[in-house]
Formats: sequence, C-alpha cells, structure tokens
Amino acid sequence: MFRRETLEEIENRLKEWEKLVQEETKIIPEREKEFRTLSGIPVKRVYTPLDIKDKDYMRDLGLPGEYPFTRGIHTTMYRARFWTMRQFSGYGGPEETNRRLKYLLKHGETGLSLAFDFPTIMGLDSDHPLAHGEVGVCGVAVDTLKDMEIIFDGIPMDKVTTNMTINHPATVLLAMYIAAAEKQGVPPTKIGGTTQNDPLKEFIAQKSYVFPPEPAVKLAIDIIEYCTKHVPKWNPISISGYHIREAGATAVQELAFTLADGITYVKQAIERGMDVDQFAPRLSFFFAAHIDFFEEIAKFRAARRMWAKIMKEWFGAKKPRSMWMRFHVQTSGVSLTAQQPENNIVRVAIEALAAVLGGCQSLHTNSMDEAWALPSEKAVKIALRTQQVIAYETGVANTVDPLAGSYYVEWLTDKIEEEAWKYIDRIESMGGMIEAIKKGFPQREIADSAYRFQKEVEEGKRIIVGVNAFVDEDEKLEIPLLRVDPEIEKRQIERLKRIKKERDNSKVQQRLAELRRAAERGENVMPYILNAVKVYATLGEIMDTLKEVYGEYKEPILF
Amino acid sequence: MGEEKKEERKIRVLIAKPGLNGHDRGAKVVARGLRDAGMEVIYTGLRQTPEQIVETAIQEDVDVVGLSILSGAHMTLLPKVVQLLRERGADDVLVIAGGIIPTEDIPKLKEAGIAEVFLPGAPISKIVEFIKKNVRKRR
Repeated sequence: MFRRETLEEIENRLKEWEKLVQEETKIIPEREKEFRTLSGIPVKRVYTPLDIKDKDYMRDLGLPGEYPFTRGIHTTMYRARFWTMRQFSGYGGPEETNRRLKYLLKHGETGLSLAFDFPTIMGLDSDHPLAHGEVGVCGVAVDTLKDMEIIFDGIPMDKVTTNMTINHPATVLLAMYIAAAEKQGVPPTKIGGTTQNDPLKEFIAQKSYVFPPEPAVKLAIDIIEYCTKHVPKWNPISISGYHIREAGATAVQELAFTLADGITYVKQAIERGMDVDQFAPRLSFFFAAHIDFFEEIAKFRAARRMWAKIMKEWFGAKKPRSMWMRFHVQTSGVSLTAQQPENNIVRVAIEALAAVLGGCQSLHTNSMDEAWALPSEKAVKIALRTQQVIAYETGVANTVDPLAGSYYVEWLTDKIEEEAWKYIDRIESMGGMIEAIKKGFPQREIADSAYRFQKEVEEGKRIIVGVNAFVDEDEKLEIPLLRVDPEIEKRQIERLKRIKKERDNSKVQQRLAELRRAAERGENVMPYILNAVKVYATLGEIMDTLKEVYGEYKEPILF
Repeated sequence: MGEEKKEERKIRVLIAKPGLNGHDRGAKVVARGLRDAGMEVIYTGLRQTPEQIVETAIQEDVDVVGLSILSGAHMTLLPKVVQLLRERGADDVLVIAGGIIPTEDIPKLKEAGIAEVFLPGAPISKIVEFIKKNVRKRR
C-alpha cells in the first residue's frame, strides 16, 4: 500500500527517532516496561506504515460489502440502518414475560429476546428436584407448549422476531415456538428469529450441557436442516464466543474457539448432504465486547475476514451471503464491577462503541447493576440509552469502518488473525473441536487465562478502577434490585401438574415412543419433537427420552 | 477424630457449585488460588445438590466448604448446606460463599451460618486470609 521510498524514509527516520526516545525516557521513563493488550499481546510505542507494509488493500481489506468483508458485510452499513438494539431479558413466569414483551412492542421494539431460567436451559421441568429455587429466576420458565402460548398470547408471531437463548434443548423450544405460531394461524414460513443452538460452547465455557458432544452436535444440525427446509426465515444457530470470553478466554481464544465451533457445524452439515450455499447464509455469530477498545475492534474485523476465507476457501461457498459473518455483540459482563457500580455505565459505553466501530449487526448493552443481580428497569433504560447516544449523537455511524487504515488497528487485526489461525490449526490437528473438547484443551486454555488475569489483578499489574485502585472504603450502595417472586415456582408447578392431568397421556406416550425410535435410527428428530410438544409432552419428558438414547455428558473435573 | 496425629495437616477445602448454573470461572480460579496458597482443594464439579455437597464434604473430611453460586438461588440452597452439615454433626466445618449475591442478602446468609460472603472483585488473598483465621483445625 506504500511506495518503497516512503517506507525506506520512515525506516531511517524511525532509527533516529528511537535515539530521541532513549534520551527522553532516561528523564521521564514510561509507565510500564512492557505494554500489553487485555489479551496479553505486546503493544509497541508507535505504529507506522512499516507495520502494515505487506498489506494489499484489495486482497486484505476490500470495500465494504465485498470479499473478504474486513470492512463490513454491507456496502452502506449504518448509513442505511443502525444496528438492532436488542436487549436480552426475561424472568418470572410466562405471564410476566408476556406482559413485558407487550410493553416492549408498544414502545416500538420488534426484536424480542428471550432468556430462559436454568431448569429450562438444562431441559428440566419446574418440578424437578434440581429446579427448586431456580424457577423463573434467571429467565422465564417453560415446561410445555402451554407456557409458550401464554408468552405470545396477543402477540402476532408473524410480526415479531424472537431470539431464544437455548442450546442443548433448542429442538424442543423451537418446536414449541413453531407450534405456538401455528395455533395463531401463522405458518412456519412466516416466523423469524434465532435459536442460539450452539452446543459446543457449552462444553467449552457456558457449561449448560446435557448430551455428549456428538449427539449434541447432531441435534444442532437437525435444527439447521429442518429450518433450511421448513422455517426459511429462522436463524438456526448463533455460534457464540461470548460465553467463551466471559469464562476467561482472551480475545484470540474467543475468536479461534468460536470459529473452530463454526467449522465443526459446517462440516457436519455438509457431511449430511446439505449444500453449503443453502444453509450458510443463515448462520450467525455472537461475540463479547470487552474493555480493551482497539483489541475488540480488531477482533471483529479479523473475525469477518477469517470466516469469509473459511467459507470460500475451505468449504467452497459461492454466494457472498454464505461468507458473511453476521454477528450480535453483548458488552462484557465480567468487566462490570460490583464496586462503584455507576462506573459500569462508562465501561458499557466504551465497549458498545467498540462493537459499533467493529461493525456488529445487533447489540445488547449490559446494565450497571448486573454484578449484583438481574438489572432494575432504570438500569436497563440507561443501557439502552447508551446505544441511542452512540447511534444518534456521536457521528461514528456516519461512515463505514472509520478505523480502517489506522496503523495500529490494521496491525492488531492481522496479529489477532495470525494468532487465531494458530489455535485453529492446533485444534484441526487434534481432529477437530469435538476431540479437542474431549481432551479438555479449550477448557484448560480458558482456565489458565482466567487465572493469569486474576493474578495480574491481585498483583496490581492490572488496574480495575474501584476494585484494586481508587477504592471507596465507605461505599454505600443505593441500587434498586429486582427480585423474583418465589410464588412463581409454585404457580409453574401447579400448571404443570394440571396439564399432565388434562392432556391425552396415551398420545403423549405414543409420540415419545416414536421420538425415541427416530432418535435410535439417527433420523432428524425435529418433526417427532414437534408432534410431541403439540400433545403437551413436557420439556423434561422429551429431554429424558433423548437422554435414554444419547446418554448424558459428564465433565472431566479440572481446575 | 483421633488425637494421636499431631503433625500439622494441610487445610482441606471443598469448592462446590450448588444450583443449576454452569458459570464456573470463579469457582475454578478460587480453587486454583487456594491450592497455590498451600491448601488441599477438592472441586465438586457442577450442579451439585446440597445433599451431594454435604456428602462429599464429610467423605473428604474437609475443614472448609466454599460455595460458588451465581444463579440467584442462594437463599434457597446455601442455608440448606449449613443445615445438612449440622444434621450430620459436621457443624465445625467453615462454610463460605461467593458469587452474584446482593448485599442485602448477606446478613440473612450469615444468620443462617455462612461465615463470610465474597463478592465479585474479592481478591483470593482475602479469602486465604479469612480461611486461615477462621478455620478450626480438625484432626
């Protein structure tokens, strides 16, 4: 990108300049011996064209909307439409969730996002002994189709899109969503939304696993296959680095492990006989935006370029859409502090700005009180307003990929890509991500990073404002906290009992038996699960049937 | 327990995760930190019922039980662990907790027998210090 003479001139001048720096640092030394990004990448004093001298603009960056999509997947990006401000929420019973969704719709939202409680996430009914104390606490409880019907009562399911954060039991929740829509007279072709449906990151980080890796991936592919044929507007999977990062991974690990998961899904879908250009356009991703501003922007840019290369060069995708990395971003939960929680508003704003400058398609901003509990209404509103300030006031959305060409950002984008490829190669040489997980490889890498970070904080090498520096000793908290009514658990269990009594139990048994046989034969189980939810088989019953066939995952304990 | 063993034994800690959430970053970091501080650490793995945790604590003859919870079910699950330990005659085991726990719940948890609650940002050195000061050496 630069003329040789220019580079030579810079190189010569830089040598002189280094001497000057030596002189000056003798008088005023730099703050640190070595500067590093949050992920540990060493950062130089200054970056110049020399650091990106091997770049080829058209090959490595290109124009927005063109391969390799480093600068963005769309030609006009936010000049046409801002990112979707999609706030993840949900708690309590289906009734409370229905009320809140209606409230959101009334205020102009069309993108809904459902959080489920832990029993639902684990595929357990509300009356399971392990569910006690957890029903409706971290999300909405769903046991049967009835609950889904209540959640969407009076909400036209052909007019909204719904994001469902559900993984190992994703087949069941998607089936309930399809069935609830059909009851409203909305056919599967008219519903839109996303199931997270990324089982691999559960083993790596989030740890809400049920099935062993192979059947878990098989179920994920069942959804991709089923949706490609019958629910064309659905995003069947959201390949997620967010949880990997939150568990302690570095930016490079987050990116590499997420892409390795994505590679696994694409391979398996192709092995099943699907055409890559048919399903790939509907794959989507989900990343974290942590606090190291430039590192995060570089990560998003590297992610787009890498996925485009993977899809084109490894899997022979032909449609540009198949090469697009569309991604959702959530600001970093672990960067929030319990101490001086108002400071979190500032952290979230900076992280959200990185997501926007990184070219995200949708964004969730965390609330300041989330290191304490579920966010209060006021805190959620501030989080949303943060996005609106970025969108409407700052002007950062007026031009596409404004940081392109920054010597530092371009160098860091390359560096992150290079390091991520090393991990991907290593995982490939182990036989792919499933094998790597069985060996505990990503799990151990993440645990090591998390521990290293904690030690750095405790040794004062990393400053966290309000935690290990600038501490308010006499801090008094005045944050209103949201509480979940324990009556919700009782109500949920009562409804479950009633449904089990009133439904046609012989039909339930028959449909579950059919599901079991289909699972044993290795068929796509989606149609059978759909049949089972329609006669009000419970989430727990369906999951138990699948567990009988697939078994359950036991994690190797390491720390 | 027998009094014949006079030599100092290492402090034995059980790090346990009650409840359904799988967020184990904190539990693992603390487990490793306590091990590096010279304690013997056993980690239960995820999704343990209070009954399972207490069973392991007694089997492993631990001095300390550290409970990590971020699911919001702490008021249900944590007091249950203390209660079961008492029922099994292991009321001299030091029980501490950490995770996402609102400050206003802390007095209630302490009343229920949780010796200390460590919130996000608590340094491991503080946890080590607390354990050393409060553990009743069992022999």
